[in-house]
Parts: sequence; C-alpha cells; structure tokens
Amino acid sequence: MSVALTKPWIPLEQSAVAALPGQLGVFEIADEHREVSYIGFAGSKSLFGLRSELSEWLDRGSYFRVEVTTAYRTRHLELLMDHHRRCGCYPEQNSESELAGLGRLS
Amino acid sequence: MIVQMVRRFVREEIVPLELSLDPDTDQLPPDESERLKDMVKDMGLYGLGIPPEYGGPELDMVTMTLIAMEMSQHRAGLYAPCYGVFGGAGLAQLFEANEAQKEAYLYPTLRGEKRGFFGLTEPSGGSDPARAIQTKAVRDGDDWVINGGKIFISGADRADYGLVFARTSADKGRGGVTCFIVDTNTPGFHVRRVVHTLRSAHYATELQFEDMRVPHGNVLGEVNKGFAIANDRLSRQRIPYSAGCIGVAIKANELAVEYAQVRETFGAPLASRQSIQWMLVDNEIDIQQARWATLEAANLSDLGEPFRKQAAMAKLIASEGASRVVDRCMQIHGGYGVTKDFPFERWYREMRIRRIGEGPSEVQRHIIARDILGSSLR
Repeated sequence: MSVALTKPWIPLEQSAVAALPGQLGVFEIADEHREVSYIGFAGSKSLFGLRSELSEWLDRGSYFRVEVTTAYRTRHLELLMDHHRRCGCYPEQNSESELAGLGRLS
Repeated sequence: MIVQMVRRFVREEIVPLELSLDPDTDQLPPDESERLKDMVKDMGLYGLGIPPEYGGPELDMVTMTLIAMEMSQHRAGLYAPCYGVFGGAGLAQLFEANEAQKEAYLYPTLRGEKRGFFGLTEPSGGSDPARAIQTKAVRDGDDWVINGGKIFISGADRADYGLVFARTSADKGRGGVTCFIVDTNTPGFHVRRVVHTLRSAHYATELQFEDMRVPHGNVLGEVNKGFAIANDRLSRQRIPYSAGCIGVAIKANELAVEYAQVRETFGAPLASRQSIQWMLVDNEIDIQQARWATLEAANLSDLGEPFRKQAAMAKLIASEGASRVVDRCMQIHGGYGVTKDFPFERWYREMRIRRIGEGPSEVQRHIIARDILGSSLR
C-alpha cells in the first residue's frame, strides 16, 4: 500500500470543490508549485464532509487532492508523519495543536 | 466504593465530554486531559495497574476487573478507556527487568517521561508466536544484530523504546526466542507505515529492523527464554481485555433498553414487542455469563491459583457475547444505530477485533481443550 497520497492535483476553485462528495476523508492543499502546505481531514463533525472542509480553503491554496476514507483520523496522522519523513518538516499551515503527540515514520 | 467513584467519573466527566469530540478520536484536548488526570490523582486512582511497591494503588484483580468494566462504558471505551487519564502501568514485563534496565526504562515510564511498545506479532503470524517469529538476532561481540520485522504494533511511532522478540537460536520452538529492549532511535529501526484497521483508537504500525545493533545489556531476562515473558502477558492480559468488552456491552444494552421504551412503532413502544424483548433478554444473559466468567478468572488470579483456562474462557465468552450484544442494540436502534451520532457503529467495528486480538476465539478454545485433556495439542 502506498503511504503517500497520490491522487492528481486539482485547481482549488469553487466549481471543483462544489463537485466533491459529502464523504469522510483526507485532503492536501498545495501552493502554486504543488508543494503541500496543509494536510487535513473531513471527519464526522463536518456537515458535508470533504465538500465542507475544502470550501474553507478556497482562498488559501492553489491546488488540492482528496482521498475518501472512513479511517480519516489514522490516515491523516499517517500523511503528516509521511510528509515529515520525506520533507523533514510539517506542512506550514498545520497548527501546533494538530501536530501535538504525533509519531514518526522512518 | 472505588467502583462507584469510577462509574460516576465516567458518567459525569467522560460521556458528556464525548458529545463535543470527533466520534473516532482516541485523544482528549490536552487541557481537558490534564484536568481529568488531576481529578483521578485526587481520587487516588492514578496509575491503575502499577504494583503498590512502585507507587500504584493497592488493588486486587477482582477490583481492577470491576473498574475496567466501568472505564469502558463510553464511545471510545473499548480501546481508549477514559482516554488514558487513569494512567497506565507501562509494560508489565519491565517489572522483571534488572535494576539498570529499570532505571533506564521502567522508572521513566512510570513517571510519564518515556513510552514503550510491545513488539511480538510478525507478518508470519501472531497466534503462535513461538513458531512464527522470524526476526533474527545474532550475537556480535557485546551486541546483538537484529534483522526482521513486526506488524500490528501499537504505539511504536510514538515510543522511546520497545520490547522486541527475536529468534536467537536454531531451535524453532519456544526455546529459541529472546526479548530485547530496543531504543527507537537505534540506527536500523524503522516504523514503515500505519496499518489502517477497523479500529479508531491506537492505530497499529509496521516495523522493520535492518542490521539494528542492540547491546547485550538490553536483553530482558535470559537469552532464549523470552517466550515465557511474552506468554505471561498473554494470559494475564485476557482478564482486563474481557472486562473492557463487558463494559461496552453493559452500556450498549442500557442505551437499547432506554430506547426501546420510548421509540414507538405502529402505535406502541418497541419494548412491547416480543422480538425486541427477547433481544434484550439475550443481551442480559450474554452480559451475565461474561461477567461471572471474567470475575472467576480474576478471583483465581488473586488467590494465586492457575487461571489460564478460566482467562481463556472469559475472553472467549466476553468477546463473542459482547459482539452479539452490540449487534442486537444496533438492530434495536434501526437506522440511527449505524450513524456516527451514536456510539454503536464504533463499538461494532472495534468489537470485531476483540475476537481476534489477544488470541482469537479458536486459540482460546485450543487453550481450554489443552487444559481439559491435560497435554499440549499439536
């Protein structure tokens, strides 16, 4: 199983976000160079799942990609740890509280 | 008295807090966690499971079992009872460590300064670890060089050290396994990935060891006698494991009884239907059977008598019975039962693992048969 999220990048625009499913899952936001700047998830508290969560990011990135999964919490942690393993740092827009107690992959 | 304190704590502090948490979380916000830990310390119950000589409360296994039945009575209760605010005993195997190892690993763990993991299961199997272990350790001067891998290991990505079981002799059976204390910053130690499962709490990881050098001083116990260390944990752990299942079943049944009395169909409460009544009766029977079997195993343990068979029976009865209870409660709740608005879907998923974890039902039957027949089955 691939650890990294490998879905294609999609321009972060209203029409693309509106077409997203209302499902649970994880997502990545990237800048214009397709460098990941945030890794998030749509959990059970999201009113319309990925669609709701991504709509909060419309003016804070250039691209996004999503993965539908009910294991959104563990997948979210795994993506953050994998990003650190590959890049040596966490995405710049993830807050300290999201990273608290995070483990490490090597 | 202690059991009632824990019951009140779960109902008044944990359950209301869960309304605002993500239904799949296994962690509290840090400030809430600290507040509740302080409350538990004031109750004198922090560090449950730590032997009194190491600063833990003086509780027998029966009381511990009754407490464990209370602590799991909330959404995350099966794998994250009370979100860990009662503290943990760490890795019980370290109580058998030598003084230098205790200084380096046990005491810092009890003080909350270090975390450990338990690394036994391998891709080649978990139910028969004595034969399934393929990770090898070879002596090289004052060190051992370990190569191999582990799977379904909880907490390894956040741990400072772990107990790793490896084969150290050509003996294919129990005699050739040794337990090593491994620092996770050792070159050659890798946490390769998260293993995603049905469980929301305490995700598992896959480990790989590549020419990992471990000092001989980090052998726990004796060389080639590591299996006894693993085996001791496997039997003893089945009692609280069963109690956790029972707690969830009790809570699920309580919710179902309430709901059946208020939910009306075709002009009458669900509780007036015989089909529903029988489900609730079967729940009660499953819960009582599991409770008595588990308490009997705990009592034998307190008396210092053999309890392996009783612990296996408790684990079998509790994990299978509680699975049926949660399933029936979900059925009684209809569509709501499968939503994340209620805890049943999480209990249903996580309870499925309980029939596999700590030895699957088939292995429990194997243990019971071996005790009845008085010999080792091959």
